[in-house]
Amino acid sequence: MTVLPYALAGWLFLMGCYGLATSRNLIHAVGCLAVCQSATYVLLLAVGYRDGGTAPVFSDIAPGSRPVVDPVVQALVLTDIVIGATVTALLLSLVIQVAKRHGTVVPDELSELRG
Amino acid sequence: MSRTLRLWVLLLGAGGLAALFAVACAGMPRFGGAWHPYGDRAVHAALAHRTANTIASVNFDQRAFDTLGEESILFGAVLGTVVLLRQTREENRRQPEPAHVYPAVRRYALFALPVTLLIGLYVIAHGQITPGGGFQGGIAVATALHLLYIAVDYRALERIRPIGRYEVGDAAGEAAYVLVGAAALVSGAAFLTNVLPFGTFNTLSSGGTVPVLNAALGVEVACGVVVLLARFLDQAVEIEETP
Repeated sequence: MTVLPYALAGWLFLMGCYGLATSRNLIHAVGCLAVCQSATYVLLLAVGYRDGGTAPVFSDIAPGSRPVVDPVVQALVLTDIVIGATVTALLLSLVIQVAKRHGTVVPDELSELRG
Repeated sequence: MSRTLRLWVLLLGAGGLAALFAVACAGMPRFGGAWHPYGDRAVHAALAHRTANTIASVNFDQRAFDTLGEESILFGAVLGTVVLLRQTREENRRQPEPAHVYPAVRRYALFALPVTLLIGLYVIAHGQITPGGGFQGGIAVATALHLLYIAVDYRALERIRPIGRYEVGDAAGEAAYVLVGAAALVSGAAFLTNVLPFGTFNTLSSGGTVPVLNAALGVEVACGVVVLLARFLDQAVEIEETP
């Protein structure tokens, strides 16, 4: 089952997309976007995993004594999480504004234009 | 577009993506395999610069310029939230009432506050030798301040949280990162090159510019998260619409 972790990432992403497209609530949609993003964490960590590997931190293990997992993808996941958190905050503040101006958070009811 | 039509379009796109992704997965290196050329090179580069935490070395040395971009996204997102959640004309600010707090909750939160603050600062300072760094430590520091909201009430939190100063701190963290990068230019190297002495491996002073950039980022993340949470808490606790 060597493709299972990759397949799981793909499945998570598609589930997030399904939620985004069928969402009837903007807060729910922001949550679905977070699910899509978690798929990228799973994919990156699956790419970087190494059998018997440990964390790529050499403060308590001698360099070269044990295999370490890929540090590049771990740094990318760290980036991803920080951006995900702040963008989620920005989107939620947009939802607050939409709710204040239009009195609804249902995307289908937001089709009318307002000056 | 009707809901059923939209669902069919989605199904078509998702089916295509799933098929392409499955083909791509079949061509990937084996899960858990030993072939990680970038990872191996990153480990070598980190050890050459005497940084024990390879991830910190990747973020603040090997791709420090990339982290600047990421930090700017954080800065932009905080700025956008501040603009979006400001008090508008039809809204009033209401002074929040002091709330009753259970003594056990108060005791625990007041005990946890300094401990969390210390752990946050420790994690920022030791980013180059142990797992952690500016991002994680900054969040822990910001969380520590908000324990006061749980322990006492909103007014106590506001007293230790002058928003204006934290907004300045957010900008100063971003500016410090750019200035450290520009300092490398003065010494004749490229922007954000690690020019400081690398120090002794596995000590606080190892890694050259890594701990400095870590600290700058820690300040920005801590201040940014405090500002972000302050705006959301304002909306929930203080600001109300005039009927």
